[in-house]
Amino acid sequence: MSDTTSDQVLTTQDGKPLKAALARALRREKLRSFLLIAPLLIFVLITFVAPIIDMLFRSVENEIVSETLPRTVVVLEEWDEASGQAPGEDVYNALLYDLIIAVENKRHTQLGTRLNYEQTGLSSMFRRTGRRVDDFGEVYADQLIDLNAAWKEPVTWATMLATPEWISAQETWAANPSGPEPAFVVSEAARNALPTTADLYGAFARFIQTEDSDSPMEEDPWVPVYKALYQDLIANPDAASAFSGETATLVGQAAAAAPNFETVSIKELFIDADDDWGSAENWAVIKTFAPKFTSGYFLSAADAQLTPTGVELKPEDERIYLYLFYRTLLLSIMITVSCLLLGYPIAFLLAALPLRYSNLLLILVLLPFWTSLLVRTSAWKVLLQQQGVINDFLVWIGIIADANRLVMINNQTGTIIAMTHILLPFMILPLYSVMKTISPSYVRAAKSLGANDWTAFWRVYFPQSIPGIGAGAILVFILSIGYYITPELVGGTSGIFISNRIAFHISSSLNWGLAAALGTLLLVAVLLLFMVYDRIVGIDNVKLG
Amino acid sequence: MSALPPYASPLQKTWHYSFRVICGLIFFFLIFPIMVIVPLSFNAQDFFTFTPAMLALDPAGYSLKHYNDFFTNPDWQQALRNSVMIAPAATILATFLGTLAAIGLSQSHVPYKSAIMAILISPMIVPLIISAAGMYFFYSRIGLQGTYWGVVLAHAALGTPFVIITVTATLVGFDKSLVRAAASMGADPVTTFFKVQMPLIIPGVVSGALFAFITSFDEVVVGLFLGSASQQTLPWQMFTGLREQISPTILAVASLMVAISIALLTVLELLRRRSERLRGLTPG
Repeated sequence: MSDTTSDQVLTTQDGKPLKAALARALRREKLRSFLLIAPLLIFVLITFVAPIIDMLFRSVENEIVSETLPRTVVVLEEWDEASGQAPGEDVYNALLYDLIIAVENKRHTQLGTRLNYEQTGLSSMFRRTGRRVDDFGEVYADQLIDLNAAWKEPVTWATMLATPEWISAQETWAANPSGPEPAFVVSEAARNALPTTADLYGAFARFIQTEDSDSPMEEDPWVPVYKALYQDLIANPDAASAFSGETATLVGQAAAAAPNFETVSIKELFIDADDDWGSAENWAVIKTFAPKFTSGYFLSAADAQLTPTGVELKPEDERIYLYLFYRTLLLSIMITVSCLLLGYPIAFLLAALPLRYSNLLLILVLLPFWTSLLVRTSAWKVLLQQQGVINDFLVWIGIIADANRLVMINNQTGTIIAMTHILLPFMILPLYSVMKTISPSYVRAAKSLGANDWTAFWRVYFPQSIPGIGAGAILVFILSIGYYITPELVGGTSGIFISNRIAFHISSSLNWGLAAALGTLLLVAVLLLFMVYDRIVGIDNVKLG
Repeated sequence: MSALPPYASPLQKTWHYSFRVICGLIFFFLIFPIMVIVPLSFNAQDFFTFTPAMLALDPAGYSLKHYNDFFTNPDWQQALRNSVMIAPAATILATFLGTLAAIGLSQSHVPYKSAIMAILISPMIVPLIISAAGMYFFYSRIGLQGTYWGVVLAHAALGTPFVIITVTATLVGFDKSLVRAAASMGADPVTTFFKVQMPLIIPGVVSGALFAFITSFDEVVVGLFLGSASQQTLPWQMFTGLREQISPTILAVASLMVAISIALLTVLELLRRRSERLRGLTPG
């Protein structure tokens, strides 16, 4: 090809330009490698990465307040929490409508639990009120029914508020019921004339149809629907003009009578059900946690709280997480240091011995590495107990008296001893692989130049083993700050880690948001450390066994 | 280090021997806890320490009753069955997907290689409790929480990084000209893979599979959150046993698991020797 001139294009045997052919081959190679990787990549993304992202999202997610109390949250915007007064009647009206829907759907207790994380007492407030809210506004129902018995009939309500299309579709369905009833549709005219009633009744009809599989034509509306109608009639005395026929007469009659109705304050009903509804402080909490996203869980994870006036640290006696993070960090450092102190001589010995012996001794390191974590933890439980092997031995040789056996388990000592044992191979293996590469001639050269053993080790050998120390220490540290099983079993209360608290919030206290926030903080710490590890060792160079 | 020179000073001699003693003690620390449970599991009493009868080597002090309990107790048997059902399924899935991906990653032109590698390795890096929390939330959303397949998928995801690492390590030493040689002699890619590539990387695949197996077999945190009572595995049963009603049967189970790890370790060691021999390295 040396005789080709510059204006000639290099071609392959079958006449295609060489450049294009090479590009095509490269493309094909890339595609092939990608097709090989894709199944696992998709698998890991779905089974592992998506859950982690979901958890990150959950740590800031706070839709429950605005989803459960949508109307209240909007009206509450107007309220000024600085006034120190509970909100006005309009907020309580909105709360009544939200709460009756929430209670029927059994969601108010979840909301109470969520708000209880921020202010104790709110859970019982929602639960107690939930039992009584279904007859709030009964006085309006009674008066409307007294005025005209037609208001007692479910059909009256359904025909007043539904579209004519739905009514005829419902009739056809009722004549020959097959499948579910057509979904209730609120008419535009009714929505304009009686907005609150239409809104609440729409929710009622949806609930009756989907949850109870019943027909709004046959079920009595919730009592607060009557209150909603009264409110609409007062706001719009001319509502009857939007309707026709019998309904118009009925609505007109009610609108004329409404101003003379005996009234009741919904606010007082709520405060009567639970005094806490009158507290401006509680309303401030609801308002503070109304947004769809919250930093509340992260603040809790850092022992702070979001108050209406801003972020502040929790009272001294309620701070636990900062201390727990600190303890996790401190214990992890202690475990890492003990692993290093115990692992360095072993790695040094293994690297110095001839391969025949070192391979044999390596098995003593690999056996614990391959032994089940639970096995090693139970072994330590057996050894460290007060009636365990070590204490028995010490008593037997007479070092300690039978009466004051050492307490070595269910405290920090237990965690440190057991975890040092469990993580020691993770320190020895990277140290060993680095020390194996250190040529003995450097130390010999140092000695021949007059260095004594210590100087030769400290000035020549040790600096070369630092990459191994870095790799091993970071690995052990990363593994230990996320440990759960061993601290749970041998740590008692003083030797537990942040992971144990995360597990507690997932399975016992069910405060998932806080668990997710704590997990996110831990994850960030581990990922930062891992980036350092990647710099020092490189992920591709992780060696196993 | 290996041998003490004849001219060593007394101080050097002292240090030489005391260093060996220190190392011996550390080895003792590593091995003793694992070994001590084996004799204890033959205890005739329900104690977690050596009884006087055991120390006197009196045969009456020893019995197989804890092993008997393990093999007859329905709870332990169910746990054993679950472990045997879950771990192999997770291993097969992890090994298959992991090997394919490792081969893909070892090609010379892989776009975004380091980003892909980071994602694929992440299940090994992220603390188990976080993986467990995330999977618990997510799998309950999609209805996999508390199911057999939920646990298998989670365990497989946790096992794949090990497969990738071990297979990649064997592929690093793989001579690409062997593939070209096979192709030049008319072998199609599939034949080349099975006849040339596969026999050379099989030690990596097997040790990766062993890692994946032990990851799943020994896993308890994710199982604890993702599984329901009917997916209770051996480590899970041990965990609850250690936390609540500590029973010496745990020691019998632990001893059996030590035997399993010794078997796995032996297989791995044999594989390592084989692979070193194949590559013409000096046998260890």
